Amino acid sequence: MIQIFFYLTFALYGCATAAYLVYLLRTTPQVGTWANRLVTVGFATHLLSMIHRFSSSGYLPITNLHESLSFFALTIVGSFILFERKYKVTILGAFIVPVALLMVISSSVFPSAIRELNPALKSNWIWIHTIMAFISYAMFTIASGAAVIYLIQQHFLKKKRLGALFQKLPSLNTLDDINYRCLTIGFPLLTIAIITGAIWAEKAWGTYWSWDPKETWSLITWFIFAALLHSRLTTGWRGKRASLLTIAGFLVMLFTFIGVSLWLPGLHAYK
Amino acid sequence: MNIIVVGLSHKTATVEIREKVAFSPNQMQKPLAELVGLDGIIEGVIVSTCNRVEIYATTRDIAGGIARIKRFLADYHRIPLESLDQHLYTHHSENAIRHVFRVASSLDSMVVGEPQILGQIKTSYGYAAEYKSSGIILNRFLHKAFSVAKRVRTETKIASSAVSVAFAAVELAKKILGDLSDKTVMLIGAGEMCELAAKHFLNSGARGVMVTNRTFERAEKLAEEFGGEAVRFEELFTHLHRADIVLSSTGAPHCIIGPKDAEEVVRRRRFKPMFFIDIAVPRDIDPKVDDVENAYLFTVDHLQEIVQANLAQRSLEAEKAEEIINQEIGQFHKWLSTLEVTPTIVALRTRFDEIRRGELEKTVSGWKDLPPDAEKRLEALTMAMMNKLLHAPTAVLKKAGQGGRVDLYVDALRQLFELESLQHDDRELELEE
Repeated sequence: MIQIFFYLTFALYGCATAAYLVYLLRTTPQVGTWANRLVTVGFATHLLSMIHRFSSSGYLPITNLHESLSFFALTIVGSFILFERKYKVTILGAFIVPVALLMVISSSVFPSAIRELNPALKSNWIWIHTIMAFISYAMFTIASGAAVIYLIQQHFLKKKRLGALFQKLPSLNTLDDINYRCLTIGFPLLTIAIITGAIWAEKAWGTYWSWDPKETWSLITWFIFAALLHSRLTTGWRGKRASLLTIAGFLVMLFTFIGVSLWLPGLHAYK
Repeated sequence: MNIIVVGLSHKTATVEIREKVAFSPNQMQKPLAELVGLDGIIEGVIVSTCNRVEIYATTRDIAGGIARIKRFLADYHRIPLESLDQHLYTHHSENAIRHVFRVASSLDSMVVGEPQILGQIKTSYGYAAEYKSSGIILNRFLHKAFSVAKRVRTETKIASSAVSVAFAAVELAKKILGDLSDKTVMLIGAGEMCELAAKHFLNSGARGVMVTNRTFERAEKLAEEFGGEAVRFEELFTHLHRADIVLSSTGAPHCIIGPKDAEEVVRRRRFKPMFFIDIAVPRDIDPKVDDVENAYLFTVDHLQEIVQANLAQRSLEAEKAEEIINQEIGQFHKWLSTLEVTPTIVALRTRFDEIRRGELEKTVSGWKDLPPDAEKRLEALTMAMMNKLLHAPTAVLKKAGQGGRVDLYVDALRQLFELESLQHDDRELELEE
């Protein structure tokens, strides 16, 4: 019973992904509208499954990889829905929703049983620390989706291959706007997540910073996005370089999130 | 009732002829009144644009109606009919309907899919409605044409792609720069295509224009025309970074903007993208400018390629549009032919009844020793005969009215029984709609 919303979400994201890919390749605008509807309903069932899990376990469902990946997918889809509304970039779904689907698929690989909570996680800091971290991750995911499209569009423009796909993808300007907006939301949130994490660490383990792998890699992620934001603001960096750096930042972030948990043991590893 | 079309267009007549036959838009009352005053012409609409002059009318007499409209066109514009006739095309019935649907859907336009024609027909129809030269049939017909055009527009992509170089440039600029309302255009040199493109950019919302030219006076003149700003040619590079779109067409023998210049300009713009369009031959802008990050260089040839691709796409879409029109013709034609069933039946009955009464009168008045109830009996007898005789044709006509192709019967009845004086009641028909 606890899993029914989860499987529903799974199916809806799957259908939405298929619809976005069809929309990307074929010229039927209705498909895009349907994809948006599917993903919105999927988000709702996903949220319900999270609430359900929360009410039956009593803690925020981000204590193991199963829960975290699922929660990551939720924030990605939620952010995408907001950006789609604001910038009218349905096509972005073809690049973002498959990522969320992959997260949900991989989350189902890990054990989903509700267990006794690690005492270190029994704190109110978990709320602010993890939610900030996840929203900033979602922002960077959207930003790198836009960055990938930017590179594709730029390639088409430079090679003068202006076919149907070029016509359908958003303008360089819109993509750059999205990139910048994500950065200006995501970076402060990541900063807050790191600071609150340090405070929480001091309370739980007695030290602000212990160079645990997760902390180190978070700091690297932070530096990449700090550099990007800095050069955007000072010299007006944008376009290709900004896109490449965004994608690099996203990959490092992904490693921080998944790789570190799986391969580099430390305080943050999901047990 | 038949719809007829008489007209000429860019396909059949040169601009000199079209000019002579054009009607001026603010004086439509007189020609429209003359048109519906013609013998046998019941309703009329005149469409006059720079690419076509067409008259849509309804008549019972197709050949006569067409001949009279041709004569009217020639006489009204004081052109000998012999010289005009070779440029005129005529359509009637189903072909007339198809023609008007195609014109309204912009399938017959010089640039297939261009959107202006629909507005022009709407305006022309507006005059006809204002001066009451159009009636129930043409009203319905043109509204149908508008809805068909709308269907074609929404269900096919016939009008969605740019098919002129200037428009292609605007579309491309939007793909690079997004919204154009805060973007500035720099015009280097002069030339028809360049100015046309600049106009398109301004119409699409571009904020302003800078103009530069080797002759500063020329630049000033153009700047004034566009409400822009003139820049001295020597100061080009002190102002270039303010431009988001650069249109160049000078007669310079060498490139005037090289990759180094472009790099410098883009850096001054804090890497905001820049769209260069080189219209000049030999080229004004070094092709290597395209290698500069955030600079996008397109030549006329590139734009021409886009236009060609779009045109090919359009002709595919035009086939879909013809399909839609074919469906809609059937529907409208059916409506048009059933329109006359009821009035024809009424007229036929009236005609029979007139004859019956006349003959009855004659017989009774000359009959001296008529039995007392004989008149009643005779009345009943003739009525029964008339009803029996009319029953079959009425039933056939009503049945045909539901299946289309009823106009043959209607025309036959009209001629066989000389029902010419028939007039239908407009109000009654409007209620039927």
